[in-house]
Amino acid sequence: MTCPVIEAIDIVKDLGKGAGQVQALKGISLSLTCGELILLMGPSGSGKTTLLSVLGCMLTPTSGTVRVLGQSTAGAGPGDLAKLRRDHIGFIFQSYHLFPTLSAVDNVRLALDIRGTAAEPALVRSKEVLSTVGLSHKINAFPHELSGGEQQRVAIARAIVGGASAILADEPTGALDSENGHAIMTKLAEIAKDHSRGVLVVTHDPRILPFANRIIRMEDGRSCLQAA
Amino acid sequence: MSLIYRLASRNLFQDRLRFVATIIGIVFSIVLVTIQLGLYLSFERMVTTMIDHAPADLWIVPLGTKCFEDPSLLDEHDRDHALSVQGVAEAIPVVIGFTQWTVPSGGTTPVFIIGSDASKTGLHPWNFVAGNLETLSTPHAVAVDRTYFGRLGITKIGDTTEIRDQKAQVTAITAGIRSFTTTPYVFTALEPAQVYMGSGPNKVSYFLINVSPKANIDHVRAQLLEHLSKVEVLTPDEFRDRSRSFWLFGTGAGAALFAGALLGIIVGTVIVAQTLYSSTKDHLIEFATLRAIGSSSVYIHKIIICQALLSATIGFSLAAAISLIIVKSTAETALPIVMTPELTAGLFLLTVFMCVASALSAIVQVIRIDPAKVFNQ
Ligand SMILES: Nc1ncnc2c1ncn2[C@@H]1O[C@H](COP(=O)(O)OP(=O)(O)O)[C@@H](O)[C@H]1O
Ligand SMILES: [Mg+2]
Repeated sequence: MTCPVIEAIDIVKDLGKGAGQVQALKGISLSLTCGELILLMGPSGSGKTTLLSVLGCMLTPTSGTVRVLGQSTAGAGPGDLAKLRRDHIGFIFQSYHLFPTLSAVDNVRLALDIRGTAAEPALVRSKEVLSTVGLSHKINAFPHELSGGEQQRVAIARAIVGGASAILADEPTGALDSENGHAIMTKLAEIAKDHSRGVLVVTHDPRILPFANRIIRMEDGRSCLQAA
Repeated sequence: MSLIYRLASRNLFQDRLRFVATIIGIVFSIVLVTIQLGLYLSFERMVTTMIDHAPADLWIVPLGTKCFEDPSLLDEHDRDHALSVQGVAEAIPVVIGFTQWTVPSGGTTPVFIIGSDASKTGLHPWNFVAGNLETLSTPHAVAVDRTYFGRLGITKIGDTTEIRDQKAQVTAITAGIRSFTTTPYVFTALEPAQVYMGSGPNKVSYFLINVSPKANIDHVRAQLLEHLSKVEVLTPDEFRDRSRSFWLFGTGAGAALFAGALLGIIVGTVIVAQTLYSSTKDHLIEFATLRAIGSSSVYIHKIIICQALLSATIGFSLAAAISLIIVKSTAETALPIVMTPELTAGLFLLTVFMCVASALSAIVQVIRIDPAKVFNQ
């Protein structure tokens, strides 16, 4: 496995148009290596989500370079970027974004279905991954039948089921109480220990600090502090 | 099975009201199109039904004849000229035309007479349900179709009436011989037809030409045109085309039916497009999530098209069932709506086309979707 998993160099990102245009990222560099858990912290509006979107190939930077497994994303179209995300990156969102009409196992399987994995092996694999996040007893439950913590665990399963090299989570515990939040972070730290991938978590939550290999603080579109 | 179908069907059925609206849109549209095109097919058959049943290789018709019902007449001795042409085996005279039928209970109603010598080949009635062709050789004998019993004021074999003040007696009854003009057909022998029409004994409407087995039709036709004046010689196909274009397009009836069908298609497409669009709008965040986790746009389009095809299949099945009831209940009336396997298959394709075209508005919506929006919601 190539390390680092994602590399961002001198990223500038302008958002919005005309008078409303903001420079959300002002020349930030960061690299995520496998086996590590990075915490990205900073005040609201400092550009954390924007940075995550750029690292996750959802936004293309205004200037600067992004490399995924050593391969530059320069010149890639929306379709190529989608394929990069599908093959190498798993996302976890604050509001889970599970599909309300699909069961837990189908929500996980979706990440394999979009790559054309056949239904049978995809189902087997999805059940396996759901049991690693402690949900083997809820595979047929629908999102509305699950607690917030359980929904986020389904989302984690969906992010890792395809063997992504980078897991990017934007405030994954933001909607959870402390007990569930702690459980989710423990799970993410456990995932990061697997040397095939790196995990980057955006959070406000100081209780998560002990889990991190590295902490990056952001302020106004720049990284102002890196702590090991 | 891929999750595409599951996502599509759940998106479709989740909002019951919208699902019902979609299906009503499709059913309304397809039933309307079925009725319009079914009537067109029915008219098309009725317009040419006499030509279809006439045993003729060629028709000798008066010059300028526009349709089978045209009132122009030929001289009966043209028959001798026709028979003198080499290769002509038979020249069967036929008399047709509109006249008045006296309804026994009072009043008169227009009828369309078809007269042809009952003892020989000719343009005779078919589909007998009572009586037979031989009875038409007896004096004053006529055959009518049971579809028009009410209009003619008769109920059974043996009923008598007058046609243009001449005695007529029903000796045979047919089923399903209906006219485009809805004027009842009355079959009789050649001479009584001339009497009922008041056209005179030496006037006929058409000669049905049968050529001898070895003769060349084109050659016979050229010879006939040479030997006869003020006539045209048509193949059955040419005569059918002429009748069809006169009744269905010359009168605007066909155009009106097609306009109705087109309207149905437009209304259906708009309704389905509208419901699919709003369904997609409601699930936009899910489509953005799919895009965020790396699905191709094709995968997303497949979900929307699958939703459209599901609507099409359900809508079409219901529409076909309703159309079948309409077809059955109009089968015995003067204006039957006709369904053929080809029309059914065509309508299914039309439904699919309509739904997939409708899906375009929804697809355009998701093409512009920004996956990064999933972070902000
Ligand atoms: N679509 C957008 N258009 C214009 N400005 C935006 C847009 N999205 C975010 N911003 C601005 O960019 C800056 C960084 O936002 P964001 O990355 O969401 O911050 P954080 O996640 O750290 O709270 C903020 O000032 C925000 O208002
Ligand atoms: Mg944010």
